[in-house]
Amino acid sequence: MPARLPYAYKYLRAKKKFPHVWCPGCGIGIVMGSIIRAIDSLGWELDDILMVSGIGCTSRMPVYVDFNTLHTTHGRALAFGTGAKMANPNLKVLAVMGDGDSMAIGGNHIIHAARRNMDITAIIVNNNNYGMTGGQFSPTTPQGARTSTTPYGMIEPDFDICKLTEAAGANYVARGDVYHVVELDGLFKKALSGSGFRVVEAMAPCPTNFGRANRQGDAVNMMELLRDETITIAQSAKLPREKTEGKTVRGIFVDKNEIGYLERYQALCDRVSPEVKK
Amino acid sequence: MSGVPWGETKLVQGNEAVALGALAAGIDFFAGYPITPSTEVAEILAREMPIIGKKWIQMEDEIASISAIIGGSLAGGRSMTATSGPGFSLMQEGLGYACMTEVPLVLVNVMRGGPSTGLPTQVAQGDVMQARWGTHGDHPSIVLAPADVEECFDLTVKAFNIAEEFRTPVILMPDEVIGHMREKLTFPEEGEVCVTPLSSPDVPIEWYEHYHTSATGVSPMARFGSGYRFHVTGLTHDTHGFPTRKVDEVIAKMNRLKQKITRRLDVLENNMLHGIEDSKVVIFCYGSVYRSALAARKILAKQRKKVGIFRPVTIWPFPDRTVKELLDSKDVILVPELNQGQIIHEVERLTSDSVRVVPLHRYDGYEITPEQLVAAVLEVM
Repeated sequence: MPARLPYAYKYLRAKKKFPHVWCPGCGIGIVMGSIIRAIDSLGWELDDILMVSGIGCTSRMPVYVDFNTLHTTHGRALAFGTGAKMANPNLKVLAVMGDGDSMAIGGNHIIHAARRNMDITAIIVNNNNYGMTGGQFSPTTPQGARTSTTPYGMIEPDFDICKLTEAAGANYVARGDVYHVVELDGLFKKALSGSGFRVVEAMAPCPTNFGRANRQGDAVNMMELLRDETITIAQSAKLPREKTEGKTVRGIFVDKNEIGYLERYQALCDRVSPEVKK
Repeated sequence: MSGVPWGETKLVQGNEAVALGALAAGIDFFAGYPITPSTEVAEILAREMPIIGKKWIQMEDEIASISAIIGGSLAGGRSMTATSGPGFSLMQEGLGYACMTEVPLVLVNVMRGGPSTGLPTQVAQGDVMQARWGTHGDHPSIVLAPADVEECFDLTVKAFNIAEEFRTPVILMPDEVIGHMREKLTFPEEGEVCVTPLSSPDVPIEWYEHYHTSATGVSPMARFGSGYRFHVTGLTHDTHGFPTRKVDEVIAKMNRLKQKITRRLDVLENNMLHGIEDSKVVIFCYGSVYRSALAARKILAKQRKKVGIFRPVTIWPFPDRTVKELLDSKDVILVPELNQGQIIHEVERLTSDSVRVVPLHRYDGYEITPEQLVAAVLEVM
């Protein structure tokens, strides 16, 4: 990994915009590094990439990367991204969002972007709470967990981001975490090189808020939790039930190759344009 | 019918003229959500735009619609959405974002009765103040209110041009009567329509500032994917578009947002005046009410009674100076509106106590008739 470091500077607004806003031990920077490595391995031009985000800790990412960058309103990254992708299909659109951003206020947009199979890669950093506003519960906060707005424990069931987007029609759905970062690089690379709507959920620690409220220790302890409490799809198939219970499964859950929205729209244009009618 | 019927004379509906005006202006992208009484705009564009290879999409709600056209404008070109009251409320979020980030777009709001679901199929002018102050924070606002079908066409083209020239959202606000009525319209010949070209920077890439402080307060805008890489955020930002909290940069941004409009009022102001000079009584009106005012003026003329009409076509920014100049010497200004009194407060603000400003409100879903206006004028004379 250190050998690749010089490459990262090409992708960062390193001299202008650092230090970043993220807390010590936050996992979002690792996700950003992973995205950059995936893009570098694909050899994409900076000019061709649009990174769009909503509001929240994760959504601050576009400031730090030297792509075309669009920091929008809370929950709307995919709606802005949809417009940008339609207006300029040559752009490779990455929408980076947090769990609150994508699942609560942006919940309507993500199910419809998935249904349309809109040609966008949605990257959701799931740290189980709203970090920027001080650690309130989100739709992915596990039942029983403490947050600043669930002082007696979370009573609502949580969303499974991958199952939700799979059901809504996404072409590609995967989950990784920032401990298994090499694996995460691969998930991003595969997602970015596909078409249609692609979702990668990246589990990441928020030691400052979620970790502290739930006595999960420091950043290192929280990384160890990701190591110990997650298993791959292959492991979950092989291991006995008592060893898989309560564990979060990592891996690629959906990998279809259905036609994306832009291709279908172009086919419609071709069908109705006067030249074709003749 | 396919495309703009250049040079032809046809019976056309207001909303249809808006859609055809958008095509005449070279619309590149439309995103919308169905809502009465604006649906014809989306329907006609859904039929027409794929034929010419332009992008059209129906989004999941109005917030998504305006968000999509902001993305479309930043990455492509001329973008528009169309809605009505309830949708307009939802779009305030995106409207503020577009004001802050200085993204050109056209928002058509065909006004119906409110508040809330209100009177979906009936006319009102209840969104006039919302169009000025609906989104939070200080922000510029440009609103055009057509009063006939021809203006629906012309002002749509103009809205696109102003949006591009000022790098800001422009709201086109016909009321339901204007959106749904049909009139004879002679379309211009192809090439007769003046369309402002999309701006693009001519500076070297490394010199580009997305919010360069030019003399007009507006600088040429690069689009995503053009090779000029830039950052856009709704956070208060510096000239490069990056978030800032430095007081001098915050003040510079806020001042420029305001001044790019207020320093060029001459370009935006557009009033229609009838017999103001020789009348002591003036009707101040806009939108469909203007039509009734014209008819009332004719009826009154037959009775040898003189009444003037002041109609702002651009309702925001408000024509402060002209109103003060022309109306402060009058005896009575009658302000008929299809609401409980919104624009009237602007007229009151700009006139002395010696001027009687008389309201005429109608908010039952029906238009103000010429007879109503005649009676009101005779009463104050």
